[in-house]
Amino acid sequence: MSTLDIIRISASTPPAPGVRHQPTVTKLIDTTTCIGCKACEVACQEWNDLPPEPTTQSGTYQTLPSMTANFWNLIRFNEHEDEGALRWLMRKDQCMHCTEPGCLIACPAPGAIVQYSNGIVDFNQDECIGCGYCMTGCPFDVPKFAPATRRVYKCTLCIDRVGVGLQPACVKACPTSCLEFGTKDDMLEVANRRVEQLKANGFPDAAVYDPPGVGGTGVVTVLAFGSQPELYGLPRDPVVPRTVQVWKGPLKWIGNAAMVGGLFAAAIHYIRYGRKHESDPSVHV
Amino acid sequence: MNRILRYTFRERVVHWAAAVSYVYLLLTGLAFWTPALYWIAVVLGGGYVSRALHPIVGLVFAVIVLWMYAMWRKDMRVTAGDREWRAAMAHYIRNEDHLVPRAGRFNYGQKSLFRVMVWGGVALLVSGLVLWMPEAVPRDLRAIREIAVLVHAVSALVTIAGFIVHLYMGLAVVPGGLKAMTHGDVTEEWARHHHPLWLDEVDKSP
Repeated sequence: MSTLDIIRISASTPPAPGVRHQPTVTKLIDTTTCIGCKACEVACQEWNDLPPEPTTQSGTYQTLPSMTANFWNLIRFNEHEDEGALRWLMRKDQCMHCTEPGCLIACPAPGAIVQYSNGIVDFNQDECIGCGYCMTGCPFDVPKFAPATRRVYKCTLCIDRVGVGLQPACVKACPTSCLEFGTKDDMLEVANRRVEQLKANGFPDAAVYDPPGVGGTGVVTVLAFGSQPELYGLPRDPVVPRTVQVWKGPLKWIGNAAMVGGLFAAAIHYIRYGRKHESDPSVHV
Repeated sequence: MNRILRYTFRERVVHWAAAVSYVYLLLTGLAFWTPALYWIAVVLGGGYVSRALHPIVGLVFAVIVLWMYAMWRKDMRVTAGDREWRAAMAHYIRNEDHLVPRAGRFNYGQKSLFRVMVWGGVALLVSGLVLWMPEAVPRDLRAIREIAVLVHAVSALVTIAGFIVHLYMGLAVVPGGLKAMTHGDVTEEWARHHHPLWLDEVDKSP
């Protein structure tokens, strides 16, 4: 991927330099065939060469309580009781690569967050100022702050692999093919086919999770209990927080207009009324 | 000409400490506010350094404002005379000062700025602490984080409005205003024109 693929840049008013059109890439996560082996976690750590992360034992098979700055791919082990039967709803948690990325919208550092023509949202940590606004902007709680570098990290969708025609490391490692990678159209087709299968086999609520509130995501998830995404730790209807939208949208323009207007008003006042004169004879004593 | 002490050494130090810290916060804050002004952060050592220092200087500013509050709280109480002054503010704006009720040590406009800076400062401090360490706010309480970004921006804009008026008045409209705050003393004539009730008090005191 190069600058020719950059279609959106954080905190930049000039248009992004991208001129290429590429099909949107998508990772499909089929939670119904995930066996919780964590091969994807290992592959992610290995490919990205991330330092190991100490963990805490909290009575679950989950590697860590949540993703961290050095751990971008976490299988969440959710337990759910369904008519007396215990269901183990494993879900691969990672950056969703939103079409409308809240992180990028909230970011004040020019170039620290970019979106590529194939849909990948990536952080450039060298431009990151460590403010953490992306963490507030993200509806999925993905970006993680590293105190040591005071910058924020997350899944890159293996942009360095995808850019040269390889699939992401996690997909490569998945032994059950519950992870697939391809164009968004292809992945949605696979996902919908799978949902039909599930519906015909006792999971009437099965659905594809591709939330429209963030313009759809570059990571779509097949859920057996699709009407209850909360069971998987997914927000029901994620959107970029309204306050962030107001702050980066109308408030910015109102504020800028008010500040420029204030300076302008002062200049006009000075031209019209000028300075006060204490020797002014009209002054009462 | 008879010169009168208007601001003590301590008052001037506190004022200028607040001014310097506020201007740093304003400049770095504007850099984070809009990409068009990000160059300010670059000039001041880069976005990373600006982001690291902004909250620390913010704490310094908060302490100075608290000190200022303790120092000027009594002088800044709004009186019945101030309400008359407010009613006649249009005359003050048009420099028709002979139609404006006599002001004490601080006029109603100055008292308003004081309140804007104190209450704006409180809002900026509280929301700023949340923005400083977003990772310290649990995910379940993320509404606090989401509200804090708005509170911080809106209260900053309110203080900026006050700051523009203050700067313009002190530097351009009221001759001697800046000198009073740097050297501390004013002429009797100045005091009689701008703060006659205060001059009466000064004259009465031994």
